[in-house]
Amino acid sequence: MDFLIFQIPILMVQASIDGILLGILFALIAYGMALQWGVMNIINIAQGELVILGGYIAYFMYVIGIHPAFGIIVSPIIMYFVGWSLYKLVINRVVDRDLFISILATFGISILTQQLMNFAFGSDVVIAQSNFGTTMLFNYMVTIPNSKLFAAVVSIIFAILLVLYMRRSKLGRAIRATAQNPRAAKILGVDTEKVYAATFGINAALCGVAGSLIAITFTLHPYVGLPYTVRSFMIVIIAGLGNLPGVALSGMGLGVFEEFSDYIFGTEFRIAAVFLLLVFILVYRRFKLSRKREYLK
Amino acid sequence: MNILKKIFSFFVSISLVLFFTLPIQSKVVGDTIVLGAAVSLTGKYSTNGEHTKNGYNMAVQRINDMGGVTVGGKSYKLDIIYYDDESDSGRAAQLAERLIKQDGVQFMLGPYSSGLTKAMAPVTEENQIPMVEANGASRSLFTKGYKYLFAVLSAANQYLEVAIDLAVEKNGGNPVNIAMAFEQDAFSQDVRIGVVEAAERTGSTIIIDDKLPKELNDMAATLAKVKATKPDVLVVSGHSKGALTAIRQIAEMKVDVPMLAMTHCDASKLAKQHGKNAEYALCAAQWHKTLSYSDSFFGDGQQFDKEFTDLYGYAPPYQAAESAAALLVYKAAFEQADSFDKEKVRDALAQTDMQTFYGNIKFSDAGQNIAKPMVLFQVRCEGDECANRVVAPTKWASHELVHPTPSWSTR
Repeated sequence: MDFLIFQIPILMVQASIDGILLGILFALIAYGMALQWGVMNIINIAQGELVILGGYIAYFMYVIGIHPAFGIIVSPIIMYFVGWSLYKLVINRVVDRDLFISILATFGISILTQQLMNFAFGSDVVIAQSNFGTTMLFNYMVTIPNSKLFAAVVSIIFAILLVLYMRRSKLGRAIRATAQNPRAAKILGVDTEKVYAATFGINAALCGVAGSLIAITFTLHPYVGLPYTVRSFMIVIIAGLGNLPGVALSGMGLGVFEEFSDYIFGTEFRIAAVFLLLVFILVYRRFKLSRKREYLK
Repeated sequence: MNILKKIFSFFVSISLVLFFTLPIQSKVVGDTIVLGAAVSLTGKYSTNGEHTKNGYNMAVQRINDMGGVTVGGKSYKLDIIYYDDESDSGRAAQLAERLIKQDGVQFMLGPYSSGLTKAMAPVTEENQIPMVEANGASRSLFTKGYKYLFAVLSAANQYLEVAIDLAVEKNGGNPVNIAMAFEQDAFSQDVRIGVVEAAERTGSTIIIDDKLPKELNDMAATLAKVKATKPDVLVVSGHSKGALTAIRQIAEMKVDVPMLAMTHCDASKLAKQHGKNAEYALCAAQWHKTLSYSDSFFGDGQQFDKEFTDLYGYAPPYQAAESAAALLVYKAAFEQADSFDKEKVRDALAQTDMQTFYGNIKFSDAGQNIAKPMVLFQVRCEGDECANRVVAPTKWASHELVHPTPSWSTR
């Protein structure tokens, strides 16, 4: 236990800001996962690899001299087609089967993508420089890297755009209908096959955006995708499917909790602390549910 | 029944023939000495695996071109059987077994990384096969009493000790406050042990001791603590990812610390990827081309650097240099033993005391190279060009250490 954060309270501000900015970025990835989980009932183990692949697109723009921030436009477009093709090649064969088969299939995609990225880009750790500078607050005591700020703002914009798209557009309505009841949607003339392909594509596109943001805020490596999968999985579990404000809130909450546990319990326990919290939340939720069931009886 | 018996005896005789002939044939075939190596050509270590292989190959070619290895008055060429260990320790152990049992290799070269060397060493040890390795620095390799393992590189705990000594020296011989952030893997934790020992030796205080989880991509919390506590030295080790993350976030958060020392600066191409943000960072390295060691095969470091660059199209990282040195050690040992008997070669290896372009090599009883110090270099920029310059030990230094690191407001 370390009480530095209580001795120097300004660190709390720093920890909260870092946590919120980190959480928003994770929430974007989690939102894509929640979307396709809700619509297609598929848990995508390859989510993190799609993120990293999106990051490499931004990195290559950086290498050829284009500012990597433009990756947030180019990467989702390319990644949409990657996602769409993945659906046509693999996912459409497992979409109606049980969850276990789809987990296996996406696990396979994840390993394959890792190896292909390693083959194509090499196993070096790479970064893209945004040169966005830093915002200083409270007499230089609190620093906010502008690249993280940029990442958070872009994530929020994309999340809002997606919500609007889901509400207003024809495809968005079809996706929501399919999520509620695929058979009924099919009977009413919704081409569910197309809806599934589009959903998988949209998820991959969101991963593309997140990946480009990660390229300018963190580091890229073919094998570093798994933490993103695990984190988004946790956020979705806490928030539940089809609950966007919930995803955003649980993303930020987990981010802040993680930063604080770093200060209090030590860096080596920050990830363990988050998992422990997850266990508590699940147990608590079960406890609440069982009480509700008793009322119903 | 008769036919079955015949088929059975046919297969038994075939396997017996294979069992007895193959191994004997392949340790020295005709005028070629066959060495075995499993290196990572795919998987997460593939880049460094490639450096290792290129270093081995270049040395083999050079030794063969210069007359090969003379044993018993006869000249032999060197050759290496490679397998891809896929950066997986289980696979590496299997391949060691295969090289020894199936290919009959009697002399092994090491893989890339401490983890894979740790996986292979028990196999070579059990079969009493000498292994000269160039890329496994973990201290635990040298505490198990291995007799057939020889490492040409300095052990992991030696990496950053020099930095602490340097910080104390710059502080007028007074103890310093140390902040450390180490990844939780075998190598980085060994580096940490070295720093802790150096702190105890100099009476310095460790005020931050963060252990970064492997999957962590973010050091913001650690750096905020550093900012708040103002240590004299910040020490970071977490492979390439750790080095790149640290520099990125130190620059973004404008963390001012008089001395920043880290590992894996050249593996992560820190000076190239981060440019001016990496300036003044101190890095521990096994080798640098400007060191003035020399031998009759590669000349000195500069010459090795040039020839390697001509051959493979990129400047050699120290992983390539130390791998090449492993072959020079083998050649000397064969000639010293004047035999291919593995026990005699082992004993000759144990008595190695030589200089190569990579550094002096002399093994302790545990097989650790004790004759070569680590070097520290500092990233220095001229205009927009940044490069690694040797600053310690003073004997080899090409540039003077800049200390303390200028604050971000003046950079």
